[in-house]
Amino acid sequence: MSTAELLLQAHALEQSRLARYAQRKRVNQIALALSLLAMAFGLFWLFWILIETVTLGVGGLSLDTLTQMTPPPNDAGGLANAIYGSFLMVLLATFVGTPIGVMAGIYLAEFDTHSWLASVTRFVNDILLSAPSIVIGLFVYAVVVTRFKSFSGYAGIMALALIVIPVVIRTTENMLQLVPSGLREAAYALGAPKWKVIISITLKAARSGVVTGVLLAVARIAGETAPLLFTALSNQFWTSSLGEPMASLPVTIFKFAMSPYENWQKLAWAGVFIITMAVLGLNILARVMTRSKN
Amino acid sequence: MSTTLMASPSPLNQAPSSERVMSNPPPLKTARSGPMADRIFGWLAKAAALFTLGMLIAILISLTVGAWPAIDKYGLGFLASTTWDPVKEEFGGLVMIYGTLMTSIIALLIAVPVSFGIAVFLTELSPAWLKRPLGTAIELLAAIPSIVYGMWGLLVFSPLLSTYVQQPLQALFSGVPVLGAFVSGPPVGIGILSAGIILAIMIIPFIAAVMRDVFEVTPTLLKESAYGLGATTWEVVSTVVLPYTKAGVVGGIMLGLGRAIGETMAVTFVIGNFNQLDSLSLFQAANSITSALANEFAEAGAGLHQAALMYLGLVLFFITFVVLSLSKILLSQLKKSEGTKT
Repeated sequence: MSTAELLLQAHALEQSRLARYAQRKRVNQIALALSLLAMAFGLFWLFWILIETVTLGVGGLSLDTLTQMTPPPNDAGGLANAIYGSFLMVLLATFVGTPIGVMAGIYLAEFDTHSWLASVTRFVNDILLSAPSIVIGLFVYAVVVTRFKSFSGYAGIMALALIVIPVVIRTTENMLQLVPSGLREAAYALGAPKWKVIISITLKAARSGVVTGVLLAVARIAGETAPLLFTALSNQFWTSSLGEPMASLPVTIFKFAMSPYENWQKLAWAGVFIITMAVLGLNILARVMTRSKN
Repeated sequence: MSTTLMASPSPLNQAPSSERVMSNPPPLKTARSGPMADRIFGWLAKAAALFTLGMLIAILISLTVGAWPAIDKYGLGFLASTTWDPVKEEFGGLVMIYGTLMTSIIALLIAVPVSFGIAVFLTELSPAWLKRPLGTAIELLAAIPSIVYGMWGLLVFSPLLSTYVQQPLQALFSGVPVLGAFVSGPPVGIGILSAGIILAIMIIPFIAAVMRDVFEVTPTLLKESAYGLGATTWEVVSTVVLPYTKAGVVGGIMLGLGRAIGETMAVTFVIGNFNQLDSLSLFQAANSITSALANEFAEAGAGLHQAALMYLGLVLFFITFVVLSLSKILLSQLKKSEGTKT
């Protein structure tokens, strides 16, 4: 009797084990299927947005878009002044922000790496990196626009430069830390002063990484609208004078997209297409650069 | 802190005191362009770092100064009042603060599980050759400018949301007590719900990237031990990887929250810019701090209106500062423990 009972018991145990195993496998499969679904969900939005941008954007695009000024409602025109304004402000903001960012990155990676000042700077920098860009706009408005009593291209450049700096600091520091210290020591052993070691050895070795950081910063500010809304404002006409309000592509898109006029919306889609392609192109270029280095 | 030049080849001191001459080899006749240039370079670097710190302080000061008339007049009661009337010069920020928090919460509810799934897929499931392209594709979602999200959201997404989601939901829940309140209001596709969904898409790449990175620091030994005991992939993720990277995961979520709270253009397009708070409805047009700033600030004349908007900006900066600080602290905790446990 006991043998039979034991056998039965063992059988029941085995059954329950198998059932439990099947159950665990099922949970696993469901979880992994959901994870696959999440991935598909993310990609779905990317492709949807890109496809809409391309189809609607190309429809509004023509030679006039690049050569004509922004039109009044229900009139033909283009985005030339907005594209020029964006180009000019992004270029100058990059020139202003990059040296400051690179120097601060050098400080963090090569000078007081472990001091409290460096830790605090790193902390603050990471926060500024994700801080709302509209607050930067408010800041520049309070400091520059109210002082000079006018919206201006200069104010726009300053706002964008303040966004460039944290991005460049972060990548510069990371890239400099990747340079093997043997390189530095070899240079020191040859008697090079520190500034020379940094400029012609470490910075040179990290060059492509630093350039990547600058490219990412350019990509970031090229699409920024919020900090320009009340610094550079906008301008319906062509201007190369930085002391005046200046049109930019994102702000123009904002104005046109929110309007009920069909030609404005069409131009806004063309602008969105241009800006998306430029920003994604810069991002992909930056990635290709770091990959070829690895 | 003094600029200690760690591996400086020549002593900084150009004129050593007498006792040092005794103990040291005689200094070089003159270092060629050494110490002075080094010091200037060091100062420049330090100045650039201090500039960043100064920026934070300057932002805080300038916002406080700009907001002072409103702070002086309303005090903290500003945060609890729903009146926003530029004509009568009566201001309170609750409508915008509610809009900001509500859209961010909806965004997190959607983005956190999806980001977790993406991170699990990229670290545990994806074949090696697909990891890089798929990871890049998700990261590109973060690169798309927010104005593109906004325009797409307003002109493409919200009409579809209205027809295929809001109207059926309303028909389904119209009589139900609590849910009915959430889905009441005009189902026009703009409002808190669509802003929340678009924010979710925008913050998925940030949260997913952090989760993927922290999942990858889990020691392989730990995971292999669990597999060796017969655990399934899901059990390894949920009982080994997730507990090990808890702090980092929460840090990533906080980063996403900070991003969602500060996002401006996408929200401005789809939230409807409607300064009223009289129902729980998620379909109702509303307002957020960022979109109030984007819409009203350039037109607000100097005076109380502008000061009230500055006050909102200060509140926004304060909230994001706290959230992002938490995120940073949690993420750095993981980095520390990583050093001790592996």
